[in-house]
Amino acid sequence: MLYRAKSGHPGGSLSAVEAIVTLYFHHMKHNPKKPKDPNRDRFVLSKGHAAPTLYAVLAECGYFNVKELLHLREINRMLQGHPVCTYIPGIEASTGSLGHGLSFANGIALAGKLDKKNYRVYVMVGDGETNEGQIWEAAASASHYKLDNLTALLDRNFLQIDGKTEDVLRLESVRDRWTSFGWNVLEVDGHDIEEIIDALLAANDQKNQPSMIILNTVKGKGVSFMENNIDFHGVPPNEMEYKLAMKELDTAKRALEATL
Amino acid sequence: MTKKEMANPRDAYGETLVELGGKHNNIVVLDADLSKSTKTILFAKKYPERFFEMGIAEANMISTAAGLASCGKIPFASTFAVFATGRVYDQIRIDVAYSEANVKIFATHGGISVGKDGASHQMIEDLALMRVLPNMTVFAPSDAAQTRRIVELMATTDGPMYARIGRANAPILYKKEDLKEITIGKGVTIKNGSDITIIACGTMVDQALEAHEQLSKEGISARVIDMHTIKPLDEKLVLKCARDTQGIITIEEHSIIGGLGSAVAEVLAENSCSIKFKRIGVQDIFCESGEPEELFEKYGLNASHIVKTAKKLMK
Repeated sequence: MLYRAKSGHPGGSLSAVEAIVTLYFHHMKHNPKKPKDPNRDRFVLSKGHAAPTLYAVLAECGYFNVKELLHLREINRMLQGHPVCTYIPGIEASTGSLGHGLSFANGIALAGKLDKKNYRVYVMVGDGETNEGQIWEAAASASHYKLDNLTALLDRNFLQIDGKTEDVLRLESVRDRWTSFGWNVLEVDGHDIEEIIDALLAANDQKNQPSMIILNTVKGKGVSFMENNIDFHGVPPNEMEYKLAMKELDTAKRALEATL
Repeated sequence: MTKKEMANPRDAYGETLVELGGKHNNIVVLDADLSKSTKTILFAKKYPERFFEMGIAEANMISTAAGLASCGKIPFASTFAVFATGRVYDQIRIDVAYSEANVKIFATHGGISVGKDGASHQMIEDLALMRVLPNMTVFAPSDAAQTRRIVELMATTDGPMYARIGRANAPILYKKEDLKEITIGKGVTIKNGSDITIIACGTMVDQALEAHEQLSKEGISARVIDMHTIKPLDEKLVLKCARDTQGIITIEEHSIIGGLGSAVAEVLAENSCSIKFKRIGVQDIFCESGEPEELFEKYGLNASHIVKTAKKLMK
């Protein structure tokens, strides 16, 4: 997708794959045939630049044709560089400007409480994104309103555009920060699907407070030369890199299939 | 001059929210620690479960309102005009306007008549900021009665909307029976006139009416338009005034850049209207602390200034 689009954000898309796949294929109540079902669980991708991963998952679920993925970021096509909720089926919130999504998810959670609905809201936030002040307004608000129908997932890949998160604007202790804002904090290997499932289930059971699952991830996960390489935050692979990446992913896929 | 009957548009806003709250279960209200001033406190008392106190966190308030709207709620988000627009421009741009969210941003304390708080609190750019956003409807109601009507229209019409009123009491300009005719995007010809047209919005409509009286004594017949909807602008009415009268003056409690005056100028210019035209508003400057009337006098936002401008234009 990104190779064809010749733009986009591979690093932060790859670090988010397992969590988004787990949500849509193992955890959330949703029906691609009824994308506006009022009782559906919702997912908000606050770190909107990871759109390629979300689009791929939505397409695989059946929200729209998989072929559309090859036209990411093209004029007269549906898939915008960042998610837009008005015309892409399955997208709940228009994101891309960082820091908004947690607040938006709070709104959905408040509506759910008001209407006594059983749906849950999930929101993925980037670690660099938590530099934004609005995230902390929303963090305070979610715990103030006891939004236990809300689960946030922090893609803790330790990198942002200008460098390591701890060098750009220190985030640690991430766990302590969210705990002190009144959140139920869980921490998992963000590339281990079983751990993610367990954490999501534990969060569902938490009462009177929102849950934050810190996903310890690797930016660019799955492609050796992209892993932990900040050069691939917002730059797509060139032809040689693309071929190498696809070869690596193909080898990994075959190895995985052999174990089944 | 007979003493005018006064009412506060903020009270009208709060009371109308309460009335509408009884009719529409999906109306919810958010405020950012100013509910006593914006009068959303009236709704909070009547429907506490549907009122969300967001604290001094306006960005979170706007995006949360958008999330509520995505679930079928009709959120009214209120605070002072400075905090309701400039401070949260990005949240309004993405979560409300771009997302076509059914969020109603209702701001009080717009313009320089906030008075003594000074320029930090005198919002003179909000109409411009909101007008430039695609999908956004923009209102500046002129009195308490019209405020009621506009709030009703906002609640019952889908789409992103912004309205701003002032802080102070305002003379009542409309009778109840006039209000049905007020619809989105249709200016009101509040006084007929054949020589010159004054197009005003918000607090300045009353000043335009006073100017109408003073001008008529000097033999100048001034038409007064209450342009309560800044966007979509009533272009037909603007062009009719350009045909019917010799000049157009706009007046607004806002910068002369980007608000009502600019909107009218755009219509006149693009329709090749060669007409005498003058915008009255704050002249690209930050104002200062003072009593509202003192500020209006110093910065040229009152009836006597309209009269002077009209006479100069008519020469």
